[in-house]
Amino acid sequence: MEKLVTLAHGSGGRLTAELVREVFVECFDDEAGRRLDDAAVLAGGGGRVALTTDAFVVKPRFFPGGDIGKLSVCGTVNDLAVCGAQPVALTAAFVIEEGVAVEELRTIAGSMARCARAAGVRLVAGDTKVVERGSGDGVYLCTAGYGLVADALQLGPETLAAGDVVLVSGDVGRHEAAVLLARGEIGFAADIESDCGLLHETAQAVLAVGGAGVRCMRDATRGGLATVLAEFAETRGATITLRAADIPVQPAVRAVCDLLGLDPLYLACEGRLVAVVAPDVAADVLAALVAREASAAVIGQVSGGDGGRVLLETGVGGRRVLDRLAGGQLPRIC
Amino acid sequence: MDDLALDAFARRDEVQRLAAAIAVLAPPDRQLKLMHVCGSHEHALSVWGLRALLPPSVELIAGPGCPVCVCPEHEIREALALAEQGTLLATYGDMLRVPTRAGSLADAAARGAAVRLVYSPLDAVKLARQHPDRQVVFFAVGFETTAAPTAALVEAGLPPNLSVLTAHRLTPPAMVLLLRSGEIEVDGLIAPGHVSAIIGADAWACLSTEFGLPTVVAGFEPADVLLAVYRLLEQVVRGEGVLGNVYGRVVKPAGNTRATALLAEVFEVGTVWWRGLGELPDTGLVLREHFGPVDARRRFGLRLAPEADELPAGCRCHEVMLGRIQPEQCGLFHRVCHPLAPHGPCMVSQEGTCFIRHQFGGA
Repeated sequence: MEKLVTLAHGSGGRLTAELVREVFVECFDDEAGRRLDDAAVLAGGGGRVALTTDAFVVKPRFFPGGDIGKLSVCGTVNDLAVCGAQPVALTAAFVIEEGVAVEELRTIAGSMARCARAAGVRLVAGDTKVVERGSGDGVYLCTAGYGLVADALQLGPETLAAGDVVLVSGDVGRHEAAVLLARGEIGFAADIESDCGLLHETAQAVLAVGGAGVRCMRDATRGGLATVLAEFAETRGATITLRAADIPVQPAVRAVCDLLGLDPLYLACEGRLVAVVAPDVAADVLAALVAREASAAVIGQVSGGDGGRVLLETGVGGRRVLDRLAGGQLPRIC
Repeated sequence: MDDLALDAFARRDEVQRLAAAIAVLAPPDRQLKLMHVCGSHEHALSVWGLRALLPPSVELIAGPGCPVCVCPEHEIREALALAEQGTLLATYGDMLRVPTRAGSLADAAARGAAVRLVYSPLDAVKLARQHPDRQVVFFAVGFETTAAPTAALVEAGLPPNLSVLTAHRLTPPAMVLLLRSGEIEVDGLIAPGHVSAIIGADAWACLSTEFGLPTVVAGFEPADVLLAVYRLLEQVVRGEGVLGNVYGRVVKPAGNTRATALLAEVFEVGTVWWRGLGELPDTGLVLREHFGPVDARRRFGLRLAPEADELPAGCRCHEVMLGRIQPEQCGLFHRVCHPLAPHGPCMVSQEGTCFIRHQFGGA
């Protein structure tokens, strides 16, 4: 019979120990984790440290291109990576609803472990809590991650200057579209796979070829490309101009957006970064991005001046403001 | 349609060619005001930034084309009353946030009332079947486009626990009244493609006949809208005022006759209120006597009277809806009225002129 998580698995007793050992310790396979101490003790870098935390409540937990486990590791690693950090270690806390199959937890933990190995990070500590049926929706996941940042590195939208070039590391909007369709509530299907993926190598490649010319990077998650750039423009008080025709969007994603009245520029990605770089390094950064993902592109530039807003030259040559999204974003996409 | 690419009407070269032709055609010595009466047209104009492609002498303004915006306060309060007395209320998304003095449907939901967002009347049927022990009410708003599905639903017969609270409005007769009273003064009208797909292009002939108003039915792609502007300018230059249709791939002269027959079978034309515009005779659809048993107003003995001051102090939504001012001319716009804290209905709906202008800017 299928083994299910019960409230007793969260009691701290024998069943908890068994669950932790058989699922998490085994999958995460880390020397610090195996010790089952109250905290993992890691070697310090002596330099600057980047620390981030994230919660994952995606619905459904499994979607084309990923699952909540892969998403949690990618999301945390990517947050560190776009700050210019070399990701080192992650922790993960699970809030599990009574009745979830232990095998499903193993699948999620396994997918976290695979993704962590690919990112070269350790999963060093974890926690499990169980809530009664109806008090949660399957599995919620909270992570923390830390990484090391080179001393000289100064990234941030406050460093934007007129003439800087805006790039995106690949086609946008696929994650949210894939999750939306995976819910099966819309009455049509499309072949769209989430872009859920790791960005640590991409970010390092941008920094390697762009050097001091890299102004800032951010992963375009909730709120999508448009929101990231609106934040950049607001922070710097600069105008950023984008060309819609140059922004890569898969035809299937565009079609879904047309049918549902969505704008792909606001759809979440989980494996795409936006970079603003000085004009003299833009060509090299583009080449580095295209080498990893063919759809990467230069999509606009910082036109300076005041305003603090993003202007979009539309596909037919019109112009409009690209503001932050006012209305409701699709809930529980990550 | 099979051979047409998805973006056939959004090709940059075609759109630029149209824009250039419009610039040549626009009379240099005259300021022209063209009106559309459809939220989807305002959306297309804004999302594609089409106003930036028009010469400064051609102004495109939004008329009373947002069904959520024109739904009067007392009808939303009827829906609120039903939700608060324990029925399960189903309605289209934008209706949830429209403010009334008694709060919005979303506020009622936060207090525990059962309010559900639906995309079609069929979702309401599904809800009724899922909750056979509860009374479900479908709050049906909109112009002819959404009235037709409501009519189909009623004609097909409802589950015993489902009723409809209707607030449907008719577009051509409202335009006739507003033009006749002089409240709307424009040089041409872009007629709504979706509404016209139901009622037919010929339903707009009254505007050219009575007022000599150049009128062109248009679709919603950038080339559709600009072609309509071009055809209107042609008429203005020639001093004509006739009916045109540049959306022939969807809109037929007589429309969807099956839908219009259904509308006539289920509804009769009645006098209704439009938010901010007041009472307009023969501009609404009212359920026929025969369908009384599925009329939520009858089933629950509910009928609220229209309220005189439906707009909060300082709100100029009614002037925006008549195309008399641009949203930017309202003292509340942007400053205190924005999509997260809407004062008037035009800032609530995704089809509302103020909402769209706030989101996409006027540039």
